[in-house]
Amino acid sequence: MQPKTPSNPGRRKFLIAATSIVGTGAVIGAAIPFVAAFNPSEQAKAAGAPSKADISKLRAGEMMLVEWRGIPIYIVRHTKESLEALSKNLSRLSDPDSEEEQQPDYAKNPYRSRKEEIVVLEAVCTHLSCAPKFYPELGTTDFDADWQGGFFCPCHGSKFDLAGRVYSGVPAPTNLPVPPHYYETEDVLVIGEDEEVT
Amino acid sequence: MFTRLLNWVDDRFPLTDTFERHLSKYPAPIGQNFWYLAGVLLIVVLVIQLVSGIWLLMNYVATDEQAFASIQYIMRDVDYGWIIRYMHTTGSSMFFLLIYLHMFRGLLYGSYQKPRELLWVLGWLTYIILVAEGFTGYVLPWGQMSFWAAQVIFSLIGAIPIFGEDLLIWIRGDYLISGITLVRLFAFHVVLLPLALIAVVFIHVIALHEVGSNNPEGIDIKKVTDEHGVPLDSVPFFPYDVVKDLFAIGIFLIIFCFIIFFFPDGGGYLIEYINYEPANHLKTPEHIVPAWYYTPFYAMLRAITFPIGPLTAKFLGFIIFGAAILIIAIVPWLDKSPVKSIRYKGIYSKLALGGLVISFFVLGYLGMVPPNPLRTVLAQVFTAIYFIYFLFNWNFET
Repeated sequence: MQPKTPSNPGRRKFLIAATSIVGTGAVIGAAIPFVAAFNPSEQAKAAGAPSKADISKLRAGEMMLVEWRGIPIYIVRHTKESLEALSKNLSRLSDPDSEEEQQPDYAKNPYRSRKEEIVVLEAVCTHLSCAPKFYPELGTTDFDADWQGGFFCPCHGSKFDLAGRVYSGVPAPTNLPVPPHYYETEDVLVIGEDEEVT
Repeated sequence: MFTRLLNWVDDRFPLTDTFERHLSKYPAPIGQNFWYLAGVLLIVVLVIQLVSGIWLLMNYVATDEQAFASIQYIMRDVDYGWIIRYMHTTGSSMFFLLIYLHMFRGLLYGSYQKPRELLWVLGWLTYIILVAEGFTGYVLPWGQMSFWAAQVIFSLIGAIPIFGEDLLIWIRGDYLISGITLVRLFAFHVVLLPLALIAVVFIHVIALHEVGSNNPEGIDIKKVTDEHGVPLDSVPFFPYDVVKDLFAIGIFLIIFCFIIFFFPDGGGYLIEYINYEPANHLKTPEHIVPAWYYTPFYAMLRAITFPIGPLTAKFLGFIIFGAAILIIAIVPWLDKSPVKSIRYKGIYSKLALGGLVISFFVLGYLGMVPPNPLRTVLAQVFTAIYFIYFLFNWNFET
């Protein structure tokens, strides 16, 4: 039977507080392995190595698909018309000057790329991560009356131009990300690194 | 002999008492109608899902290389594997169909009003667990739709400002949806969520038996009782409700078997055709559709296409999506009406409830079809109608 009033209330209070603090510490400590086990494993981290693409066979107006970290990467070679089309819809884009940090510094230009005729984009819609589809045609399409070529996300209707810049009034908030990339030789593109690691 | 054994047990555990209290003598209100069948049918479906799920577990392999093939193995090589899988896929759709009917019944007759607030919240919790259970289970066959649905739903977490991206990687356990993600969803689907579901359903039933069942008239049957404290407007659960329920279960199982035998895909609604293609993380299907039971909320998610101030459209869509589900939980506190049943409510209440039902169906349809400007506007209008029911219905009480 517990006495109604403890003989030494201060001591009792201190013991309850001390036990609670130590107990809370133990719970936090015990939670660490369970929380940490959710992180990407070492194996998953190692799978994030850069990947290479041979673009010698990529003709103007075509797109090729490579994989980096399991993300689809679109590589597009512009035609003369599609390069010109990049500046035609500027008023309909929400971030035409690539102010948002969605690209490395060397790609913060009107082409969002190292070389103006080659576009390299992570094909992950910035809305909910679907892979937008490549629609190079100019003119009227099912989803746009004045299409200047680009990418259309079939999931929720987001639109991007050929440089991956997002149109305004669609669910996607930002431009498509440009992955770090550089040219090892004229025709070999390395995705995942900004420059050769020496 | 049996009586002596029973007495022996009863001295040590309240067996007879529990049995009478929760089953044989539980007073069921008279006047309960069709809408009151969903509850017992949900229990039946829960049992079907548990049993068929355990059997599926015996042959399913939760790795990204073998998950898809193991489903085909169950369908083709395991004796009667196909029927066990169809039980499980059909059961999941039935689960949602019945829980929506069950929830609608609650709104119809004010079954959440005092003193049944906690009962309603517990029921809402089973719905949330069921949503998680449905989503995790949907990913396991590792078809195209499994993969891309996971991709889309997980990305919602990335919409949370500041720490969303890190949280996303933590929950996925990888930089993309991968085998690692699959196995953790598997662990949730077969262990964590079923345990939680059974526990909450049990508490839900205990809570129901504490406050008693509601009825279409909205009458408190406990007000008038006989000399034993049994409500006069009630019948004992056995045999009256048991027989009625068995009859309903019989009809339900006939429909259930008909679907399993003759219509297991449900025209692409119960099992989506795109999911017959193995997951390919480099190729998004033409058109991603969630299972039908999520489409109303999915339509609300993508109805938000405009940013407000610093908040992106994506994040706002996520907020609306969350709010549409959360608001259901607080219905008992939104409803200020002294009237329980829709039978005695005013015309505005009836219109609002009708609006809710229509918006649920329209949004359900819009969530299944590809978006275009007109459909986006429609989705926005019906999202508003959905919320109007919850927020303004009770200002119109007459």
